[in-house]
Amino acid sequence: MSRFLAWFALIFGCLYFLLPLVGMTEFSLKMRRGEYSFDAYRRVFEDQRFWDTFSYSLALSAATIVVGVFLVVPTAYWVRLKLPQARPFVEFVTLLPLVIPAIVLVFGYIRLYNTSSWLPLTGSALGTDFLLTMGYTTLALPYMYRSVDTGLRTIDVATLTEAAQSLGAGWITILGRIILPNVMVAVLSGAFLTLAIVLGEFTMAALLNRPAFGPYMQLLGANRAYEPPALAVIAFAITWGCMGLMQLVTRLSKHERAKA
Amino acid sequence: MAKDSAWRGKRRLPLEWLGILPFAIFAVLFLIMPTMRIVIGAFQTSDGGFTFQNLLDLNTPSIRSSYWTSIKLSLISAGLGCVIGFAMAAAVVFGGLPKGIRSPLMTFSGVASNFAGVPLAFAFIATIGPAGLITMELRDVGINLRAYGFNLLSFWGLVITYLFFQIPLMILIIIPALDGLKREWREAAAVLGATTTQYWRMVALPILFPSLLGTFALLFANAFGAVATAFALTGPQLNIVPIKLFAQIRGDVLGNPNLGFALAFGMILITVLANTIYIVLRVRSERWLK
Repeated sequence: MSRFLAWFALIFGCLYFLLPLVGMTEFSLKMRRGEYSFDAYRRVFEDQRFWDTFSYSLALSAATIVVGVFLVVPTAYWVRLKLPQARPFVEFVTLLPLVIPAIVLVFGYIRLYNTSSWLPLTGSALGTDFLLTMGYTTLALPYMYRSVDTGLRTIDVATLTEAAQSLGAGWITILGRIILPNVMVAVLSGAFLTLAIVLGEFTMAALLNRPAFGPYMQLLGANRAYEPPALAVIAFAITWGCMGLMQLVTRLSKHERAKA
Repeated sequence: MAKDSAWRGKRRLPLEWLGILPFAIFAVLFLIMPTMRIVIGAFQTSDGGFTFQNLLDLNTPSIRSSYWTSIKLSLISAGLGCVIGFAMAAAVVFGGLPKGIRSPLMTFSGVASNFAGVPLAFAFIATIGPAGLITMELRDVGINLRAYGFNLLSFWGLVITYLFFQIPLMILIIIPALDGLKREWREAAAVLGATTTQYWRMVALPILFPSLLGTFALLFANAFGAVATAFALTGPQLNIVPIKLFAQIRGDVLGNPNLGFALAFGMILITVLANTIYIVLRVRSERWLK
């Protein structure tokens, strides 16, 4: 009886998840009347704006990951090593982005950093890109921090630091050549998650008026029939790829540790 | 000696806080100040004076109904997400299903919980939209979904779509919690004569209560702040708060910039309230657990 219920719950759930995936795939192949074809995909890949917005979002993800790593790794390391009393404050801040909706945050950015403010970031394209990167960093902060902090828990931070210091290493050497390589798996898995989040992000990019991939998809969705599901298939594949890479690095590292 | 090191420790304290200065600056500039700007703006007139008028102005039928729809949408999609996610997680952990199902389910949940926003809306339009796969197949066998009053671009359409990221999130969080339930507890309850229902009601669920509640709060905030999926699905017409705020930021549709602050302040208030309730209940339930 309970096994029957278990199968029912699982099959019901799987159906719910599979149908939209089948639906979007099938729809994306139907552009040519009467037969399946990859026409919709060809159209998407022929569109210059697809490549422009996609590479723009890719560049922003890279910037976000770099900023995130530079921000999170030293902070999490320092909190663990010297400032355990700051942990509640830092953890509270890293969880804030889960509480404050992104749209509220970006509204605050627009009001705080507009052209007539003390720091007119939205006045130039570069400034807005910077602001958007910071916004994405906050969105990724809860995941990045948690990932790195868990990674730091598995190594003996204090001993490693003392050993490095007694050999004459400075802070930058310790962070860059001792701590970072030791939490590389955590950093990478946070990075792939950040990539998945940033690539499809819509709200912040749209409200800051930047030509990112999310607003491009939305625009296409409002005007076309067959390209949007093709984009959905591509986006799903990208998300799958990011998560797959995330699991791969975790698994590889476990393997290595088991050997050692 | 001990006194000396304690004294030195004290004197060095401010220097140690310097280590998290970059993080603190980042947090102040891009999290705390923008939020405070919204909160302060909600209580300001257009020339900077203090007022409650913006908040009072929220009390129009259109804005009231948008808050109500948003809260309902978030409660229902979070509630259903919790129940269905829990059922699937319990099926995998306790249901005696083959062991091989678990790992793919976790992987898939990781992907699906991140497959949100614009592409998710496309997937559902292609499936149960007016010309979608299921809609067409059902029409071929004589069932016209539209005639039954179903419309993807509606409240329930949005609920069904949101569940695609709500359920996996629940699965991801609750499977580890279910793993934490010790077999001995169930056996002890059984030895004392408890039925399965009693075990769940009096042992397992109270233990799981904090994580269930926490996940519910997270799912609630997740749905409450979501813009992209709803916007790509229905465009600007659906009357929920994030869509209204989106339109307000883009083009001041409410005709009063400070009303926008009040609208955003209301959103912060609701998500903060949801999380406060969660923290209070969690503290209480953990005290009870001890």
